[in-house]
Amino acid sequence: MAITKQIPDTIFAANSFCPGCGHGIVIRLIAEVLDEMDLSDRTIGVLAVGCSCLVNRTLAVDLMQSAHGRATAAAAGIKRTRPGNLVFTYQGDGDAISIGIAETLYSAQRDEKITQIIVNNGVFGMTGGQMSPTTLVGQRTATSEKGRNSEINGDPVNIMKLLSQFNTAYLARGSVHDAANILKTKQYIRTAFELQMRGEGFTCVEVISPCPTNWHMTPDQAVERIANEVLEVYPLGEFVKGEHQK
Amino acid sequence: MKKLMKGNYALAEGAIRAGCRLFAGYPITPQTEILEYLSSHMAEAGGTFVQTESELAGINMVIGAAAAGARAMTSSSGPGFSLKQEGISYLSSMEVPAVIVDVMRYGIGLGNVVLGQADYFQVTKGGGHGGYKVPVYAPASVQENADFVFKAFDTAEAYRTPVIILSDAAIGQMMGSVELPDPIEHDINKFDWTLKGRDARHPTGRKMTDVIYYDYAFDDYDPHIRARYAKMHDELQEWEEVETEDAELLMVAYGISSRVCKEAVRLARGEGIKAGLLRPITLWPFPEKAMTKFNGRIKGYLSVEMNACGQMVEDVALHAGGTKVYSDPTGRKVADSEDLVALIKDILAGKIEEVF
Ligand SMILES: Cc1ncc(C[n+]2csc(CCOP(=O)(O)OP(=O)(O)O)c2C)c(N)n1
Ligand code: SF4
Repeated sequence: MAITKQIPDTIFAANSFCPGCGHGIVIRLIAEVLDEMDLSDRTIGVLAVGCSCLVNRTLAVDLMQSAHGRATAAAAGIKRTRPGNLVFTYQGDGDAISIGIAETLYSAQRDEKITQIIVNNGVFGMTGGQMSPTTLVGQRTATSEKGRNSEINGDPVNIMKLLSQFNTAYLARGSVHDAANILKTKQYIRTAFELQMRGEGFTCVEVISPCPTNWHMTPDQAVERIANEVLEVYPLGEFVKGEHQK
Repeated sequence: MKKLMKGNYALAEGAIRAGCRLFAGYPITPQTEILEYLSSHMAEAGGTFVQTESELAGINMVIGAAAAGARAMTSSSGPGFSLKQEGISYLSSMEVPAVIVDVMRYGIGLGNVVLGQADYFQVTKGGGHGGYKVPVYAPASVQENADFVFKAFDTAEAYRTPVIILSDAAIGQMMGSVELPDPIEHDINKFDWTLKGRDARHPTGRKMTDVIYYDYAFDDYDPHIRARYAKMHDELQEWEEVETEDAELLMVAYGISSRVCKEAVRLARGEGIKAGLLRPITLWPFPEKAMTKFNGRIKGYLSVEMNACGQMVEDVALHAGGTKVYSDPTGRKVADSEDLVALIKDILAGKIEEVF
């Protein structure tokens, strides 16, 4: 499928993610959605600690850099101060699901009217590919050289399942490993932003994303791995949509 | 009109009147009345109160609100304050104003909920990482608990820094008469730099991040940090003097201990002993400008504080310029004015050894 696309207005400089990294695609999708919804002037993003730090230098909206794991708490503080703005967090799986799990769960529990975007690449990317809560059983990482052992490390964390315990407005998991899923993921992000702007409540989109660098794979191998191994553990789809009871 | 109020409530009401519209905190004795008061009164003022899942979430919610332009505050004590330190480091690095209250208790680890002044080190020495400094105000009365919130927010905004109010269990729990300051409204759009959505002046959006990452070239960062703290150091020192002009011995004390020292000055003067009190109002910057007036002229400083080994005494020594420094860490006991007079007599009679 040969499509030439223009750079979205809300991107102001080329990103510096590694070649084949999923982060670049997710940021592009966010920028496209903001352009289409004409929301870039009213958006405030909260970046996590991880490769998401690099977003500061590419996405043309107001952004703040949060402490590791605390992005949703900061975003809640922003949204409660400026309820008319679109407020989203942009976090890795380590940030949102390991060190920041309390902030993630309690933002959902309080139904904070923010959008949490979790880029799940199954490793701590920025620090060099250590095991994260979402690393698959058997997956080799810098801190699980023989593969994740569930007896020692427990099983991977399914954040969509955990979040479904709460009364939220929208929960969806997309992936950026092929064109069709990229389009779906874009729609998920758009739905989440729309629900937030309607004041519905907590919205979260988890995105399965390749980290070729720390998976020690080529970009092609990395997307194949997602299709063949990762999606089995992390099925895609919308898990909560508009059944919000308030 | 004066009102009789508990110290913690006066501080909480002071926050609302100072235009604070987001408070996020977690229960811990002896600061809990601040949380309780704001849980019912913040909504009436049109603000937000959140009892967060932890102190970490509390301080980070404050960071977000403050970054977005609100006057925001959190409060805690000892163990809970320790958890706020990472956030205070981030506020310092982002150069975002916010107010953090520590109503001190006693002891190491879980410690104890009893009266104490055990957090001097962690509050004044930048207990978080990186070597930042934070202006610290130490109220010594119910009135100051209310007034210092205004002062703290004003300083925070003027210098774009977090500011700490270091209160203690005694000041927080005591009843006292207070003239509540007139309320002010804070405009969240007062400053251009706060997050609000990009505009013509910020076409690629504001980037509120560690200044080291975004705003300064490698060679400019350290001079910027040095200049920033030098300015606060020079401009913010505040203190109160009691009977200092002809004093031979100056007690140095803040918060609850300073109240007892004031009484000790009165008793000592009654006996013809030339004792005085230097009460730091800012603990950082420490009022060294006051001390340079007395160094070499008096026989000694006596540092009085409620902890086991003495903490502030190190700052007294640092600025004493060779004048002898005596230490009376009263531990879990509030200082006693008569005991202090006896101690002062012994010091002046050369019976007590200086610690510095
Ligand atoms: C309190 C704290 N602990 C640890 C770190 C080091 N650190 C930086 S990024 C990171 C992990 C990032 O992994 P993830 O959230 O999965 O994001 P990715 O880089 O993979 O996008 C860690 C542990 C830190 N900056 N702060
Ligand atoms: S380390 Fe991984 S997540 Fe980070 S930029 Fe490179 S590919 Fe992307």
